[in-house]
Amino acid sequence: MQQHSDTFLDNASAALKNSGQAQRRDFFALFAPLVRSAAVAEFEGFEQLRKHIKQVRQHSLDNLEHYLSQFEQEAVHNGNHVHFARDGGELNSLVLDICQQNGARRIAKGKSMVTEETGLNSFLQRAGLDVMETDLGEYIIQQAGETPSHIVGPALHKSAAEIRELFLHKHDLGPRELPQTEDLVGEARQVLREHFLKAELGIIGANALIAENGYSMLVTNEGNGDLCANLPRVMVVCTTIDRVLPRAQDATAMQRLLVRSATGQAQTCYTSFYSGPRRESDIDGPLEVHFVLLDNRRSDILGSDYREILECIRCGACLNHCPIYAAVGGHAYGWVYPGPVGSVLTPLLTSLEQSHALPNACTSCGRCAEVCPANIPLPDLLRDLRHEENKSKLSAPRWRYGLKLHAWLARHPPLYQALTGVAVRILHLLGRRRGSFARLPFADGWTSERHFPAPQERTFMQLYKARMTPRDER
Amino acid sequence: MNEPHQEQIRLPQGMRVALFVTCLADLFRPSVAFASIKLLQQAGCEVTVPLLQTCCGQPSYNSGDYESTVPLARQVITLLEPADYVVVPSGSCAGMICHHYPRLLHGAWHDRALQLAAKTFELTVFLHDIARIAPTEIQSCGYPTVTYHDGCAGLRELGIRDQPRQLLRELCGIEVSELQQSEVCCGFGGTFCAKMPEISGKMVDDKLKSALDTGAGILAGGDLGCLLNIAGRARRQGDAIEVRHIAELLCGDLSAPAIGQSS
Repeated sequence: MQQHSDTFLDNASAALKNSGQAQRRDFFALFAPLVRSAAVAEFEGFEQLRKHIKQVRQHSLDNLEHYLSQFEQEAVHNGNHVHFARDGGELNSLVLDICQQNGARRIAKGKSMVTEETGLNSFLQRAGLDVMETDLGEYIIQQAGETPSHIVGPALHKSAAEIRELFLHKHDLGPRELPQTEDLVGEARQVLREHFLKAELGIIGANALIAENGYSMLVTNEGNGDLCANLPRVMVVCTTIDRVLPRAQDATAMQRLLVRSATGQAQTCYTSFYSGPRRESDIDGPLEVHFVLLDNRRSDILGSDYREILECIRCGACLNHCPIYAAVGGHAYGWVYPGPVGSVLTPLLTSLEQSHALPNACTSCGRCAEVCPANIPLPDLLRDLRHEENKSKLSAPRWRYGLKLHAWLARHPPLYQALTGVAVRILHLLGRRRGSFARLPFADGWTSERHFPAPQERTFMQLYKARMTPRDER
Repeated sequence: MNEPHQEQIRLPQGMRVALFVTCLADLFRPSVAFASIKLLQQAGCEVTVPLLQTCCGQPSYNSGDYESTVPLARQVITLLEPADYVVVPSGSCAGMICHHYPRLLHGAWHDRALQLAAKTFELTVFLHDIARIAPTEIQSCGYPTVTYHDGCAGLRELGIRDQPRQLLRELCGIEVSELQQSEVCCGFGGTFCAKMPEISGKMVDDKLKSALDTGAGILAGGDLGCLLNIAGRARRQGDAIEVRHIAELLCGDLSAPAIGQSS
């Protein structure tokens, strides 16, 4: 996927001016935390489970090689093929090879952020394949030629009216009005059904890989994952190496946190476990199943100070609670993963040079870490990325040197107090009549949006020291 | 992150409390520091103000300049560690000392940071939970309706929510009119507000709108960073709401003009 993270501020500015989308984001930012907190409040033992899953995820990552090879062994035993892809290009080529070996031209695809990361759709389309997204949100943005704005709800940025117009334009189904949301869903279902029945190969993602039995787990609300998996002859599961968990019970325990954190449901409509190709006694299922497991720098992250980000279970709660995500939406982040988790992942999976604005899109308010079911200290990881930005001199020089100077002055109290005393006096005298400044030189970042409050008459230190002299003691 | 960072101990009379004024109170609003001193004395503390204090280092720390922050953190630790207690009229500066100094420093300095963290408190937490300040008389000061902005660091790093509200009730007879989505950031975020002004402007706008919706005449808070941001936006828009630090309300002295207003 083409990256636009380097123009984050411009992207954000454009997003803020789109009042229709901004209104929907405001509503979502109010609504999503409410349903999540209701679901968590109803579920006793959320905190306990959160601690447990943290340990499980840490243990899985500590022993990643072991569990991956156990998964591979069990999956192969079940009749699956397991492939490892070092980077996005390798994953794309592996999937294309599987398509070509099976003579598959029509592909039905379930929701998968990993294949967004690798740009699989456009790669397969360039090779002449017909790829159709079947998750409703993904289908909508595919038809619109857009990218996901949220890792769970990819088309959250679109209004029903926009979707209606899109469907009327894209689907050649004669005159009709599609007045209700249900009509839109019904039409998408009708169009997608056709495609499911014709598809020769299905591609889905996975929420977990289970080492002890070689199964994968997928949660969906639409059941499209199961149709992608069961109707076509060949099924391909694309996911990343960090999804592996030791036991089936770990996957189901994680699912209980995941769904509540993501959508506020106690259960998604479908929770599916895929064991492998159809056995003799099975009445349906694919004839051939492949797992393609992507690394794409995750091994490097594992050995870095950012390894906790691999414990993410992709629920999207950090996006739903981030006031900056709420203000600018997912597209402003300029790549696949937006919000707090995206601001950590994007620099690590692409480059800090291209995306160093993202870790700065954070007020350290801590709301993301508070709700993260995997207990990832997102504000700390974002600050650490700003540390790297600072060390690599990627930040704007006036900020870098300005803050360095401030810290240096703060380490020289007499000089600091003398200089701030003069500055405060001047600002007070200039500002006392109005109480605040509409503009101030060197403070346009502040005054572009708000007045600059004028200080009181002297610094506290000046006033306090003056009171300490015997003359002033009464 | 929300667990209290120390058990609550009863304060023996005459304990020496060092006030860490914070750079924003020092530079913008000395009245906050004087009000804090008055409240601490009213709670029976012997208050000292270490004279060589400047800033806790949040600006450089949050901008990722750890190298500049480390010596500053050590300077603050050395300055404050002789005190029995350290009180800070800001949730984010108290959070910096309690949570981020130990994260930033290693070895013997890490241990010293932890020891300092164990006796450092945000003002309202100290007054309510530790010193257990008693009202001299309920100063039903004829305040207009008050709404309260929870600074994020205080709320989530230090678990401050009830203390300021209870103090307003017990000392001033005020019931806070709660603003909607009170747990959402006001868009200050230190240098964030100047680095990403448009986004910050949207956030502070939302916050101010919620505050105005309560019909309150005063917005109080425990963090001057947030308050300067909110007051600045209110002045820009010509909103009459007064923005003040809670210390000023608690000690019943509103003689200084509200933040950003002229006398």
